[in-house]
Parts: sequence; C-alpha cells; structure tokens
Amino acid sequence: MTAAGPVIPEFGKGSACVTGDHVFCWDWVRDHWDDTLQPSLVDHVELTLIAVAVGFAIAFALALLAHRVPGVGQPVGVAAALIYTIPSLAIFQILVPFFGLSTTTVEIPLVGYSLVMLYPNILAGLQAATPEVLEAARAMGLERRQVLLRVELPLAVPAIVGGLRLAVVSTVSIATIAAFLGEQGLGYPIFQALKQPTPFKTEIYAAGALVVALALACDLVLVAARRLLVPWARAGS
Amino acid sequence: MIGDAATAQTFLDAVAFVVEHPGFLAGKALDQLALSGAALGLGAAVALPLGVALGHLHRGSGVAIGASIVGRALPSLVLIGAFLTVLGIGFVNNMVALAVLATGPMLTNAYDGMDGVDRDVVDAARGMGMSRAQTIARVELPLATPLLLTGIRVAAVTVVATAPIAAIAGGGGLGDVIVNQASYRLEGVLGASFCVMALSAGVWLALAALQRAMTPRALRTDRVPGAADLTRKELP
Repeated sequence: MTAAGPVIPEFGKGSACVTGDHVFCWDWVRDHWDDTLQPSLVDHVELTLIAVAVGFAIAFALALLAHRVPGVGQPVGVAAALIYTIPSLAIFQILVPFFGLSTTTVEIPLVGYSLVMLYPNILAGLQAATPEVLEAARAMGLERRQVLLRVELPLAVPAIVGGLRLAVVSTVSIATIAAFLGEQGLGYPIFQALKQPTPFKTEIYAAGALVVALALACDLVLVAARRLLVPWARAGS
Repeated sequence: MIGDAATAQTFLDAVAFVVEHPGFLAGKALDQLALSGAALGLGAAVALPLGVALGHLHRGSGVAIGASIVGRALPSLVLIGAFLTVLGIGFVNNMVALAVLATGPMLTNAYDGMDGVDRDVVDAARGMGMSRAQTIARVELPLATPLLLTGIRVAAVTVVATAPIAAIAGGGGLGDVIVNQASYRLEGVLGASFCVMALSAGVWLALAALQRAMTPRALRTDRVPGAADLTRKELP
C-alpha cells in the first residue's frame, strides 16, 4: 500500500471504505499521510513562500518608486489589476514552451499574482502618513530617509500586513492549479483523484481541507504578527 | 529555456491556430461566457440581497469579512472537485462551484457599500418622511452603487478567469482546449490560452467602462475603476 511515488487509490484493494468509495475514509488518510498528503503539504508551503517572498521584494521596490515619483502609481495599479485578470491555467500553459514543466513555470505566475496584490496595499500604506505628520517629522529635523524609516514605514505596517494576508491566502489557493503541470503541491492529489474512473472522494476532501486549513492558518499567523508589530493599533480598537 | 527558434515557431503556430479556427474558438468562448454568466447570476441572487440587507442594518460585519477571507481561501479546484463528487460532471456542478467563488467579493462589497453610507444622510431621508423602503431604494442603494458594481466586476472577472479550470469537470469553454493537448496539440492549447487571457481582460475592461457609465455622476472620481480592486481594507 505504501509504495513510493504517487499513490493512485486502487479500488480493488484497501478497506471496505476505500473500495466502496464511501464519503470519507479516515483509514485512507492515515495510510497515505506519509506518502501523499504530507509531502504535498510541504511542497505547497514551499511554493507559496517563494511566490510571496519574491513578489513582496518586487512589489516593495515598485511601491517605493511610485511613492517617490508622482504619476507612476496609477498606471502601475491598472497594470496590476489587468495582470490579475490573467487566468492561471492559461499563463501556466503559455510558459511551458519557455521553461518546461518546471518549478520556474509555476513560480512566475504565482509571483505575479502575489505581486499585484501586494503592490497597491504597500503603496496605500506608504501614503497613510498625513501631511501634518510629515510636516511635524520634517520640523523635528528628520531627513527624507529618516522620515521613510521612522514615520512612513511604521505607519504602513497595517496596510502591508493586510496585503500580505490577501497575497498569502490567494497564493495558497491558486497554487493548487500548479499541479496541472506536474507533481506540485496539494493540487496533485486532487488531480489524481479526479483522474479515477469515479473521482475518489476521500482524497479530494482531505487535500482540499488541507489547502483551506493552510490558508486560514497563514491568515491567523499574519494577524498575530500584526498585533506584535503594531501595538498602538490595539489601544484604538 | 527550450530552443528559441522552436519556441518562436510554436507561438507562430498558436497564432495560426487562432486565425484558422475563429468560429470554433468563438463558440468555446461563448460557452465559457454562458457558464460564467449563469454562475454570476446565481451568486448575485444570494450575495447581493444578503450583503445589502446586512449593510443596511449595520449588522453581521463578521459575515461579510468572513465571506471575503473564506472566498479567497477556497481554491477553485477544490470547489469543482468537491461539488463534482456530489453533483456529477457537467454544467450544474461547474455553475455552483463558480457561483460560490462569486459570492465572496459581491457580499463583501455590497455590505461595505451599504454600511458606509453616511448615517446623517439616512437620518435626513427618514426625517423628510421617506419610508424604510424608499430610503433604501432612493438614498442608500444609489450611494452604494460604486461598491456594488465593484463587487460585481471583481466577481465577474474571477469567474471568467476561473472557468477554464471547470474543463477538468466537463465543460469549461476555452478551458476544454487548454486541458486537451492530446487533441488540439500545443498550438491549440497556446492559442486557446491567449484567447482566454483576451477574454478575461476584455470582460474586465468592458465592466470597468460600464461601471463608470452607471455610477451616478456625483460619485464619479476621475480615477480609473479597478486600480483599487486589489487593496484590502483594514480588517480585525
């Protein structure tokens, strides 16, 4: 039962529950946690972390640029919204001729999606400082760099975390489609289950529940992080 | 990168595929729009009245916020797969799964739109003798229009862009071509992928123009609608 490689449920074998394709078979989850679900989960976390980290670096640089140079923000914002309309399945397929069935093919769109969600939020955060606050900072003798580091960035943290929540939750969700191109993430067990003559319910439900649980867990972590980073917000609410 | 000349040739073949099969691709695009429209309609029938009612009462912000988070967290593939085990392969399964995706943005924006109406304006309307129904229809809904339309537009684009994934459960319009390399070969897959991208960008642009035209003149800003779609409001 626990052979290496992708596990395709065999309806001829397994417990009565698996053979009969009952609604949910805990014994299948127990038997295949180590060889199917757990590796896919780890892979999924990896796909998401890379996408959000790279997307964040690019989005942060773009937002700083738009913050400094007037007139850049709006066009980049519209371009970001347009990038978000690109269907994941289509862009994965279009990148295959360039990068093959590789992690690069999967990560480029994931980075793109997280980037376009992070950029407007980081920019909104940087613009959160009111003219009065900036005036006061300059009157206290802060230089431009100091204003950015000590005033604008701390004030931007809530919006940045808001953008990160959006990007992480969406990326966890979109990364399931990556499995269309191969053995990547939690989408893979779902595609495998759907390939069966009769879709294997337990595998779809178990992998699906893990994706949703992962997304919600990441969201909770970011909420907790914001509480630590923005202690002054708690006093207000 | 795989050989550049070969890659260029592949993309030329893809363009040729689109040029040679306009009717076939247009039919698939119409299938996709029909599925998306049905899903959007079903989602709107549930989400808009609920969002408007909750926003009007200024109650249930947790529901509205929860809908936006859970809506984002539920992957289309999981929804389509899970509904497939219950509803079987075909249009109904795909419509229901996509409708669930559509409810999130519509519910959240409808709630925000109604909840955000200035209470003094509502009090003034009541003070002038307007009934509750009149206040909603003639004061609150017009003021909430920009956000209501934003919710519908975001939901529509989400559904159209996700519909190709429905091809794995039978009937995803252009997605049927994208997932069937065995029949359509790489040039067909790529050609259909370009068409899908053009379709969802087209829907986004068309709805942005429509939104601008439908927004009451007084509430219009000069900004292009859509630039703020991806900004998240501060959530608890």
